[in-house]
Amino acid sequence: MADASMTVPATGLADGPRGPKPRRAFSRGNIFLYGTLGLVAIYYMIPLWVMVMTSLKGMPEIRMGNIFAPPLEITFEPWVKAWSEACTGVNCDGLSRGFWNSVQILIPSVVLSIAVASVNGYALSNWKFKGSEVFFTILILGAFIPYQVMIYPIVIILREIGIMSSLAGLVLVHTIFGMPILTLLFRNYFASVPEELFKAARVDGAGFWGIYFRIMLPMALPIFVVAMILQVTGIWNDFLFGVIYTKPEIYPMTVQLNNIVNSVQGVKEYNVNMAATLLTGLVPLTIYFVSGKLFVRGIAAGAVKG
Amino acid sequence: MSTTDAPPVRAGEGNRPPNRLFKNLTAKIAAIPMVLTAMVIFVGCTVWTVVHSFTNSRLLPKLDFVGLAQYDRLWGTRRWLISIENLAVYGICSLIFTLVIGFTLAALLDRKVRFEGVFRTIYLYPFALSFIVTGLVWQWILNPDFGVQNIVRKLGWESFEFDPLYNPDIVIYGILIAGLWQGTGLIMVIMLAGLRGIDEDIWKACRVDGIPIWKTYVVVIIPMMRPVFITALVLITSGIVKVYDLVVAQTSGGPGIASEVPAKYVYDTMFEGQNLAQGFAASTMMLLTVVIILIPWAYLEFGGKKHG
Repeated sequence: MADASMTVPATGLADGPRGPKPRRAFSRGNIFLYGTLGLVAIYYMIPLWVMVMTSLKGMPEIRMGNIFAPPLEITFEPWVKAWSEACTGVNCDGLSRGFWNSVQILIPSVVLSIAVASVNGYALSNWKFKGSEVFFTILILGAFIPYQVMIYPIVIILREIGIMSSLAGLVLVHTIFGMPILTLLFRNYFASVPEELFKAARVDGAGFWGIYFRIMLPMALPIFVVAMILQVTGIWNDFLFGVIYTKPEIYPMTVQLNNIVNSVQGVKEYNVNMAATLLTGLVPLTIYFVSGKLFVRGIAAGAVKG
Repeated sequence: MSTTDAPPVRAGEGNRPPNRLFKNLTAKIAAIPMVLTAMVIFVGCTVWTVVHSFTNSRLLPKLDFVGLAQYDRLWGTRRWLISIENLAVYGICSLIFTLVIGFTLAALLDRKVRFEGVFRTIYLYPFALSFIVTGLVWQWILNPDFGVQNIVRKLGWESFEFDPLYNPDIVIYGILIAGLWQGTGLIMVIMLAGLRGIDEDIWKACRVDGIPIWKTYVVVIIPMMRPVFITALVLITSGIVKVYDLVVAQTSGGPGIASEVPAKYVYDTMFEGQNLAQGFAASTMMLLTVVIILIPWAYLEFGGKKHG
């Protein structure tokens, strides 16, 4: 694998910034550099552009025209229709149902998974016990097991507890599968807290929960925000668990979106489809553009092993 | 410091009973969710599925062992073979292109570019989206009647053909286009972090020695970034094996069964075909794939170092 990675990038870089000596301003190298970056950026923006433009056109214009062209006549009707009228086969109250379902899934899942994982991470970094590292290793390795291996036994477990096909069941599943990455995130953060602080608190008589709530929690606020970003986008974008562990009335937004767009009945309304797609993508996109560096920190935490 | 919430801790901690089981008791209780997840879900459920893949469970799981019959059937099923072939093509292409594009973009951004933040934000935003959203957008762009093909034809090239989602031979590349669009940003960010971790002095030394920039990358920088490449590799491959939503949204496995993937085979046999054991066998094969990829990595990462 080292060979592949050694030889391949060379081809892309060979004609990179190789101009004479890198002069400032408008050297050939610079034009090439910014040209490449700009073109790639345009390519990455195209789908978003197409989504927005299509969602603002009427169907006649779509049939006539070019999907990349801006609308001649802007209409917000597709958005209204996607939100409140689009049909999934079962019912015709649009994506709004899926949106509120997703919100109801999201809030308890995010709170519960972060609460559990932060306590886990704290116990693992400051209150190690015999075997704690073994469980942690299993947890991290578990993150690599394809979900498909575990989905059916979890169906049985949820059925036995009596929360199959309910919001509670899905919340539990999100808490479980969010645990490896979040625990890693918190463990690494708490491990970087100076040990003197922890020892001083112990000397003062603070116990497990005392230190957690009074010292660690207030210090770890930024990492809580990172964890939140990670979980909100992850859970909002989930499809597989939503399909398996819920039922049509409480399908999350992604599942409903797929059912609306890929439903075989009726005439395809591409503008409504794109409006629906954009609506579903709006929540994670907003979080992404608002949170900026913290989002990057969240995904980097997943990449850098502890 | 007041000790309102200390008593439960004191019981286990302060008195230090001789029994080691009670040492750190609160921490142990607090770690129960983690222990349960690790043992019941990750170990328990995995073992359960592997064991049941040797049975002939259909509608309900039962322990009626039939040896390797399910695996025999699996590897004799055309749909599974197509799934595996698709996964291999998608996986290899996705791996190479993601690494090349990710590294190239990171290297370009690392040349002290102005507006770096803007470029980085643009390259990474698809990663924030759901695979469903990505799949549906690209389904629309690649739609032959309205999308790219239609536009090029309208420009005058009447015989232009580009309909990957409706052509069984190339449908997997249509999915690859969408997958790359979503996934390269992440690898770029990781590579960029790796490049930033390289000491400025190394660049200076190479410049003093008169090594051209591209050669510095190939001979010095990339070998130094080996751990970053390995991390990227593991991230990409574990993502590839799981690919499911994208296919469901973009093609639903079609046309026909031309774009099926293993994850979808598992889901369909378990929940729609009511052929549980067949699904278990297929998912066990997926697990095996991951294990084969993971073991060399774990060995490289932890084998030689202090952990071993």
